[in-house]
Amino acid sequence: MLLARPRTLLGAALAVSVALGLCQQRLDPYYVDVLTRIGINITLAVSLNLINGHTGQFSLGHAGFMAVGGYTAATVSMFAAPHFLPANAPAAFTLAWFLAALVAGGLVAGAAGLLVGAPSLRLKGDYLAIVTLGFGQIIAVIFRNIEPLGGALGLSGIPAYTNLFWVLATAALTVYVVTTMVNSTYGRGFLATHDDEVAAAAIGINTTRCKIVAFVIGAFFAGVAGGLYGHFSMTINPKGFDFNRSIEIVVMVIVGGMGNTAGVILAAALLTLLPEGLRTLAGYSIPVPWSAQPWSLNWIGESRPLLYSMLLIGLMLLRPQGLFNWGRRGSTATS
Amino acid sequence: MGPAGFDGHELMSAPLLQLDRVTIRFGGLTALSALDFGIGADELVGLIGPNGAGKTTVFNLITGVYQPTEGNIRFDGKSIAGLKPHRLAALGLTRTFQNIRLFPSMSVFDNVRAAVQLHRPHGIRNALWRGRGFHDGENAVSALVMEMLDMFRLTRFRDEPSKSLPYGDQRRLEIVRALATRPRLLLLDEPAAGMNSTEKVELMKLIQFVKDKYKIAVLLVEHDMQVVMGICRRIVVLDYGVKIAEATPAEVRKDPKVIEAYLGEEPTIQK
Repeated sequence: MLLARPRTLLGAALAVSVALGLCQQRLDPYYVDVLTRIGINITLAVSLNLINGHTGQFSLGHAGFMAVGGYTAATVSMFAAPHFLPANAPAAFTLAWFLAALVAGGLVAGAAGLLVGAPSLRLKGDYLAIVTLGFGQIIAVIFRNIEPLGGALGLSGIPAYTNLFWVLATAALTVYVVTTMVNSTYGRGFLATHDDEVAAAAIGINTTRCKIVAFVIGAFFAGVAGGLYGHFSMTINPKGFDFNRSIEIVVMVIVGGMGNTAGVILAAALLTLLPEGLRTLAGYSIPVPWSAQPWSLNWIGESRPLLYSMLLIGLMLLRPQGLFNWGRRGSTATS
Repeated sequence: MGPAGFDGHELMSAPLLQLDRVTIRFGGLTALSALDFGIGADELVGLIGPNGAGKTTVFNLITGVYQPTEGNIRFDGKSIAGLKPHRLAALGLTRTFQNIRLFPSMSVFDNVRAAVQLHRPHGIRNALWRGRGFHDGENAVSALVMEMLDMFRLTRFRDEPSKSLPYGDQRRLEIVRALATRPRLLLLDEPAAGMNSTEKVELMKLIQFVKDKYKIAVLLVEHDMQVVMGICRRIVVLDYGVKIAEATPAEVRKDPKVIEAYLGEEPTIQK
């Protein structure tokens, strides 16, 4: 469905992101902030969906790749820039430098993906999940102990280069790459690996290679998303890329429906908006007829994490195949 | 060497697949000892034996799951012992599974399309760029898949999920998928398992058709005597990891060692 004319759609999405990037100053900063986080989460969720959904390799280390990309991009724009860029360089130079920083973040994260993936993708199911989980922890510990990168306090004062153009263009590019790759004869290899590795190998698919390709491409985009995040929040620390962050992305993929890109995009947007919605709701109070005191919804503010978890449990019970999976491709329950 | 002599079907000068004194031991257990047999380039050979005779072990040795302890397995003159399954498929050696293994989340069409991987004219760069090369390539793949589905009467299921097909058609699809890799040797692992007699007759016709149409070698590992006797011209019989006979169906049926292996030591029961 995202596929009728992929290049035209990509062009349109890029045009929209340029337009939004140009008129960002005139938009309400709150909406810009929310939209930016939606864009970053779409990038993260769609790239993880390539690994977890399409290729069926359960990774819990996406925040780790995000951290690698975030720190690399921040390093390039904070520490390397002064050596190469003149103090009052024209804007185009800064743009190009930011692009280079993002790509560097993606490439280093992709290399980390190769490093982790090549040995561990021989493992299956739960084992891979544990290895990637361990990777995420290790990355956090490493960055906590690199003093030049701020240690546990992290880096602050990262230039705020990220705007709606970069975020939405990256999200569009991620969606384009994942969908065009999967929806091709080549891409059937990922789905075949997901469905039945033994049968896939018997018809000549190099399943290890498929898994590594998916893993590296997924890690690349997670790295770019990390770079965008760093230049958006202007400060990054190891805690921001912990296990919880990985789980958040996994939840987006599961809610959207494994292997369903359109669903995952919707889920990423929805789950980014959900806390905002609950926060707004907490500001209201409902008039109660038998009492002069209206019922304040303030409690929602404190119990947001609880509500969030309950929503997820309810969802898993009612729609285990994902909120947006209308019986197109099967659920994850294959064997 | 099997005591039952070899009939008129002498092997061609260089068989496509040759097992050369293949022995495999698991700890103290010798699962196969000094097994020799070959399959010519357009031969249909049956491999039978009672439960535990080592049929599956032979299958796993040929498909690279196990490595022989001694001896050699050659495909087209080259040793293939220990090669990964996807490398074997690239050489032209592919298989089906006793418990049918289709790709459940994919349509019938995509199951076959996935198997064209090996010979697709376009790759990841074309898929990303979506230019002429990609569309020409996809059209060629699509035409090839449709031709195969037509030939095997699966066209009407084209967009159905593969798991929704009737059992016999699932087996047919699995064979079509294997054929889409353009094999030179097709290994069928108990294809008649779980079939009723009508389905078995259909299966025999199908195997015969595949062999005649594609001129490939087929090794049929099978429990079901009706099927093996019906279509194979040459049968290899295993018992306790040793080849006890290699002959035509008619000769195998009369061979006292085979009867003993299957029925115990009272060969008078069977004519």
